[in-house]
Amino acid sequence: MFDYFLQQLIFALAIGAIYGLIALGYTMVYGVMRLINFAHGEFFMLGPYVYTFVFSGLVGLGGLAPMLDSALAIVASFVIIGLLGVTIERFAYRPLRAYGRLAPMLSALGMSIVLQSAVRVTVGPQPVHFPAIVASEPIAALGGMVTTMQLGILAAAILLMVGLTLFVNGTRLGIWIRAASESWTTSSLLGIRVNRAVSLVFFIGPGLGAMAGIMYASYYGIMQPTMGSVIGLKAFTAAILGGIGSIPGAMLGGFLLGAIEVFGTAFLPILSGGLIGTEYRDVFAFAVLILVLLFKPAGLLGETISEETTVAKKDY
Amino acid sequence: MGTSVIARRAGLLATLALCVILLALVPKLPPYYVRVADSILIYIILAVGLNLVVGYAGLLDLGFIAFYAVGAYAYAFLASGQFDIHLPFIVILFIGAAAGAIAGVLLGFPVLKLRGDYLAIVTLSFGEIIRIAINNADELTNGPQGIAGLDRASLFGLPLTSPVHFYWLLLALAIIICASVYYMERSILGKAWRALREDQDVVRGLGINTTTLKLLAFALSAAIGGAGGVIFGSFQRFVSPESFTFQESLLVVLIIIIGGVGNIVGVIAGAIVLVVLPEVLHFAAQYRLLIYGIVLVTVIVLRPGGLVSPRFNLSFIIRKVRNLWLSPSKT
Repeated sequence: MFDYFLQQLIFALAIGAIYGLIALGYTMVYGVMRLINFAHGEFFMLGPYVYTFVFSGLVGLGGLAPMLDSALAIVASFVIIGLLGVTIERFAYRPLRAYGRLAPMLSALGMSIVLQSAVRVTVGPQPVHFPAIVASEPIAALGGMVTTMQLGILAAAILLMVGLTLFVNGTRLGIWIRAASESWTTSSLLGIRVNRAVSLVFFIGPGLGAMAGIMYASYYGIMQPTMGSVIGLKAFTAAILGGIGSIPGAMLGGFLLGAIEVFGTAFLPILSGGLIGTEYRDVFAFAVLILVLLFKPAGLLGETISEETTVAKKDY
Repeated sequence: MGTSVIARRAGLLATLALCVILLALVPKLPPYYVRVADSILIYIILAVGLNLVVGYAGLLDLGFIAFYAVGAYAYAFLASGQFDIHLPFIVILFIGAAAGAIAGVLLGFPVLKLRGDYLAIVTLSFGEIIRIAINNADELTNGPQGIAGLDRASLFGLPLTSPVHFYWLLLALAIIICASVYYMERSILGKAWRALREDQDVVRGLGINTTTLKLLAFALSAAIGGAGGVIFGSFQRFVSPESFTFQESLLVVLIIIIGGVGNIVGVIAGAIVLVVLPEVLHFAAQYRLLIYGIVLVTVIVLRPGGLVSPRFNLSFIIRKVRNLWLSPSKT
């Protein structure tokens, strides 16, 4: 039982790390703009596609060492998709700032359709094989089996999360982002270029989403244009679970959602005597979300919205 | 002056007559166009229903399609060989509306203290839970295969079989619902909802129970969704979880936003645009969705407040018409 538990735990951590990375994009964008960026799942989907494009381009040009090619392609995907995020914000969201919160949200929805169908039209709707970046070899540890892939994903994700935390808490630009999330008007009065902070968030968020997409595709060996929809929705749930707007909350929410899903799937049928099968996995995740919100209406680490903030007063 | 009033009255009458003639001519079109018209009317009904919650009360409901599913499955359970129950259509229409309302209250009661995006995500989760539950409760719903061979509906002895029959039914229902919502909008209830949208705390401070107010909006909109679902079920004579995805919920929200939030005329325009657009884009084959998305973003960026200006609403039109007849000098 213990080795089974351990295996499931590693799996939960790996998938949770991926959710967490995507959730970070949702939560940071929400933090500065109070916008549910429905297009965010598509950045996750674009990650492996851009990676493949750049990687095969490098190899086609003669290439360097294989590992170096991969590393370059990963960095390039981050930058390309980050810039795409900045561009989309500039043209599809920024003109809508003065028009409440529904219009940008729906614009994001339209962008999601655009990005997804653009990939479908150019690459094709069918799932494509995605070669593993790190060879997946099983390692026996503490009586259980984990793969190098799982450990690699976990390590890379934690590295990115630590990096982001250091960046947001320790650098000047990070302070801009935090100030803009705190109060738009006050920070602009204090001379912070809020628009730059927003652009920065729209660079980092989609970039992290793309990294998560590469990890996910690498883990399952497959990529397809629709992969962003469901995962994006789940990662958004994770962001809400942790308290939307909160960066540590998104990480926590991601890992928590991973754990709920994996352990729910693994142990629920055993515990309920086969009554509730694995097909209820998503119901379980959503039900936990509703329960958490009923008792902690602002999520686990979210700040309780004070009655005075206009955002809270006027729902939509 | 006299002639100009007469000319304007004549113009108005001509416009009205043209509208009526156009609506009456739709059934003469080839079946494909009638189906599109049916689809537009269904979405008008759904969007007017959801508009009560999103547009008037200012609560974002992203799981609206769940109530539609409740209505559709009510018809599937009560008018098919599934449980060998065969109730008449009109009875199920009311049962579906009631079931929708009950589902709305059941969802609304625990979650309405949540605000803004948290409410949005909980309604979204609720919609997904309903869909996944339908997908997996095989003994009850046949799971993903859905329930086929639903009864042919009839209303007061008239059969409801062809798209033309449904066109008249949907048109009547859409008019009834739009009229009721219009009167609700102008009643004290509508004003209370609007106040709620602007500032919940002030409403509460005035001694109005905001939870009851929200619950009422939720229940009414869910009832309309349920009734729409019953008609959808009887029209398709087949229901499956595929029709009730998150994307459908979003489409209804999109109709409201594209048309103009809180404005019945806008909602009607939004439904027409968003149902007709994909049909028109059939020529573009695989580029259809891409163009659809681009058009969508462009429209929102260019007209963030919706296609129809908030001033051009039903009461504006009615006032115009009334003034032209009763006191022409004012217009």
